[in-house]
Amino acid sequence: MDFQVVVLAGGTSEKLSPLVSKDVPKALLPVANRPVLSYVLDLLEASDLKDIIVVVEGQEAARLVGAWASSAYLDRLLVEVVAVPEDIGTAGALRAISRRLTANDVLVISGDLVTDVLPGSVAATHRRNGAAVTALLCSVPVSGPSDAASSGGKDKAKKPARLNIVGLDITRQFLLHIVSGTDVEKDVRVNKKKVRAVGEMEIRSDLMDAHLYAFKRTTLQDILEEKEAYRSIRLEVLPYLVRSQLRSSPSSGEGTTADEIGNATVPFNSHLQYLSQHRILAPSAFKKDLLSTGGTYRCCVYIASKNKYCHRLNSIQAYCDINRDVVGDASHLSSYSFSAQNNIIHPSSVLGSKTTIGPQCMLAEGSQLGDKCSVKRSVIGRHCRIGSNVKIVNSVVMNHVVIEDGCHIQGSVVCNNVQLQERAILKDCQVGAGYIVTAGSEHKADSLSKKVERF
Amino acid sequence: MSQKKSRGGGVGAAAGDDPDELSRSPLQAVLLADSFTLKFRPITLERPKVLLPLVNVPMIEYTLSWLESAGVEEVFVFCCAHALQVKEHLEKAGWTGKSTAREMAVTAVESHDAVSAGDALRVMYGRGVIHGDFVLISGDTISNMDLKDALQEHKDRRKKDPLAVMTMIIKYSKPSTLTHQTRLGNDEIVMAVDPETKELLYYEDRADSSQLYVTIDKDILASNPTLQLRNNMEDCYIDICSPEVLSLFTDNFDYQHLRRHFVKGLLVDDIMGYKIYTHEICSSYAARIDNFRSYDTVSKDIIQRWTYPMVPDVLSFGNCQEIKLHRQGIYKASDVTLLHSAQIGANSVVGNATSIGENCEISNSVIGEGCNIGKNVLIHGSYIWDNAIIEDGCKVSNSLVCDGVHLRSGAIVEPGCILSFKVEVGKNVVVPAYSKVALLPQPSNEDSDEELEYADTNSGVTDSPRYPPFSSMRSADHPTVLSEDDDLEASETGACGVVGYIWASADTGILEEWRQSIAPIPKDKLEELHHAASVVDDDESEDDLNNHPAVLDQDDDSDVSAVEEDDYSKFEKEVEETFQRALDGIHQDNLILEINALRCKLFSNLLDVFQYY
Repeated sequence: MDFQVVVLAGGTSEKLSPLVSKDVPKALLPVANRPVLSYVLDLLEASDLKDIIVVVEGQEAARLVGAWASSAYLDRLLVEVVAVPEDIGTAGALRAISRRLTANDVLVISGDLVTDVLPGSVAATHRRNGAAVTALLCSVPVSGPSDAASSGGKDKAKKPARLNIVGLDITRQFLLHIVSGTDVEKDVRVNKKKVRAVGEMEIRSDLMDAHLYAFKRTTLQDILEEKEAYRSIRLEVLPYLVRSQLRSSPSSGEGTTADEIGNATVPFNSHLQYLSQHRILAPSAFKKDLLSTGGTYRCCVYIASKNKYCHRLNSIQAYCDINRDVVGDASHLSSYSFSAQNNIIHPSSVLGSKTTIGPQCMLAEGSQLGDKCSVKRSVIGRHCRIGSNVKIVNSVVMNHVVIEDGCHIQGSVVCNNVQLQERAILKDCQVGAGYIVTAGSEHKADSLSKKVERF
Repeated sequence: MSQKKSRGGGVGAAAGDDPDELSRSPLQAVLLADSFTLKFRPITLERPKVLLPLVNVPMIEYTLSWLESAGVEEVFVFCCAHALQVKEHLEKAGWTGKSTAREMAVTAVESHDAVSAGDALRVMYGRGVIHGDFVLISGDTISNMDLKDALQEHKDRRKKDPLAVMTMIIKYSKPSTLTHQTRLGNDEIVMAVDPETKELLYYEDRADSSQLYVTIDKDILASNPTLQLRNNMEDCYIDICSPEVLSLFTDNFDYQHLRRHFVKGLLVDDIMGYKIYTHEICSSYAARIDNFRSYDTVSKDIIQRWTYPMVPDVLSFGNCQEIKLHRQGIYKASDVTLLHSAQIGANSVVGNATSIGENCEISNSVIGEGCNIGKNVLIHGSYIWDNAIIEDGCKVSNSLVCDGVHLRSGAIVEPGCILSFKVEVGKNVVVPAYSKVALLPQPSNEDSDEELEYADTNSGVTDSPRYPPFSSMRSADHPTVLSEDDDLEASETGACGVVGYIWASADTGILEEWRQSIAPIPKDKLEELHHAASVVDDDESEDDLNNHPAVLDQDDDSDVSAVEEDDYSKFEKEVEETFQRALDGIHQDNLILEINALRCKLFSNLLDVFQYY
């Protein structure tokens, strides 16, 4: 397939501090002891999409990601890691690498996506419809980002946060309307023209934009060049495309405005005829009309079926959820083989007597646990040394962590090289790399990290 | 009436599940024999709309026959305007009266002060005759749908949720993108329906096409993650209602219109939480005759047998003369006098005792009973009612000609005309397109509110005509001064003009004539619309592309969304820079001036754009 893949791997996101740091950029954040980026890359490999550009914000982060990728995917994928300045936004990152894009279509995928939806099927849909852009939409995860983590998100009392409002045509192939960001909480305003053109539009607020888009390269490059101010794909580029797909012809009126504000005329302006003008029967008419008029925008969607897993690692809560799911409900993502007890215990790890590792747990190589420990629904990284009488519930413990006797860890994330001294109690905490939690201290819903490079 | 009637069908099935609650009362229907609109003026001054012949059968016959076939056991016919005529008709047709052998009991309910459907339902509530779920229908509805499914759905829903008070029947119908109306001439409707439950969430009829956006309240979307926004649906105006509907009308005494007030009122009101559901019919027919265009459309549908069994050769009314269906959709009564040289084209109906002279051409038309049509007459796409006399050489196209109209030789009736009862048109007179002519003068100080129909003959006549009876009319061959006066004898005046008053155009004033006329929309009109549409389209995308001026007006950053365009972001950037300059010590007043100037600049951009069109 003539597809180029751009993975937007981000940099050191403020949102995820103290989990990410200079040493661990977001892309390398371990999910079930694998960098989160590997999930995307494996997926791409599975779809036979091998021409990959990984865009990382910041030179240092790029170096780290590059080092990892070249060793992990040597001979498997053609991965090129490109550094872009920080905080230029998703559209900005694409603009920065625009020259490197040569294939007919470009698949843009967020590096923090953990999913089992094959990018190949999105790409195929994109091709089949001859679309200008195809976006992957998936159902809002059952354990929604706002829901309490442990309850499994099954309680209906709390409605899932509205992430997007999308309007689809009756065949659910075309994207007719999209609102995301802050506007989501407002009343929905739908252009009547669009409703008229299609006759029937389905408005949904239960779909999530998964940040996986297939773009037609020329359209993408034009729009990036044209709209210099655009920073975000999701908030600006995609809505722009969706909006302008109904435009009939290059309007001279627009030309004047463009001239006035010093912009060139829009070269990729659609020649889309006024939709389904004389067609009487609806759903097919729309498609036909769209397909019959060449060289136009067509904004399409690929809606993942409900049982697919699709989650973005964009918050600490999401990080916990994904870790839990990857070793739990969505265990097929991890590509590990589970034991009969539904957990993964590396043979090189050492367990003390009366230590129990519950189901949906993971214990990586070289980690040692003392006596009478209890681990439930948690992930423990490599070469951790854990004392006796330690309880770890619903937590993520990264590599080389030292946990002394009698510690209790619940709902927390403990980063690399952290030392927890005796009887430390953590509840819903995040502990940054290298931090030392003093003996007997008790923390609740706290973010602990070394006081460096924080401003 | 025992509940276990074999005929009950779906009702009987429901009785098995829930014998004591819902199915004990017989299925009732309220038939509104008054449309409470003025769209069929001037004809309705003399005859109620429900008695107007539709393919030679009064409309109400279709409605009643359908109700009977759908298993309704008791019908209350609400008569208001011309109540006497309606009652007489019901008696004559054998629906009421002692000798009735029908299975459906028909009761006429008379009221003279009702001015709207709301009033009518309040009267019905006052009578206290409705005990269970009932079908609310207007007497001008043609349908052959099976009520069973809709009724069952309604009852099932009611069991689960007593707040589901109404089920609306809707039907697929894509409105024209140009005229924004359906083929029945109704305005397009925008409705939002929950695809799972079919609950109606939003309803907008008489859609204001100047408004570019449909705005759906965020609360609706919060409770329904998925909804379908449709404008390809048509309201059939057949509703299955629970008895609560009547009391709701009584509680809300300001509800007049079934849709505009009642449906919207229920949808907006979230305190009571009443819900309205929709039932979509796919294969069966349902349509309401709301205007002349729908009269035309439905007539054609009947002739083409979409409404089977409500078709001329099955549904016989009044006399026992059979109407036979011939090839090409030609229906002829048995005793039609038809000369050999006369041609009757496809999809035409010729009624009883009508004679048609030599070399006539008739196509796509309905001709009533006892008509006398001379030689060389051309009738195309028209509806000629009973006992009309059309003399030699007349041309009638796409018009409605009522009972007893006399067209003298050579008269030409252009498309879209309505000639009311007993109007006479003189020799060689051309009745211009879209005229409405009646013997009764147009009431002058009519309440412009179209809800307030009071189609009583008396009120119409006592008012002085707004238009003088002398109207300018072109004559076909030689210009004649037309003098028309209903006091003069027809034979005298008919020679040179028209007997009758010419009604001023469009009773509603807003609607353009061509929209709801029998005549098809003229080509140049379509082109004009097409052009307008493309301009509007551009305009609107422009609008979309730039900022919406209303948003700008508010000058409110919170309203500025990601949807907004780079014009605005440029503006924003400039303002930002201005502020930065301000930090370097520019005076505050200058700053304000500068920002205002920036704003003006942006506006002028937009204005330029608008001027361009």
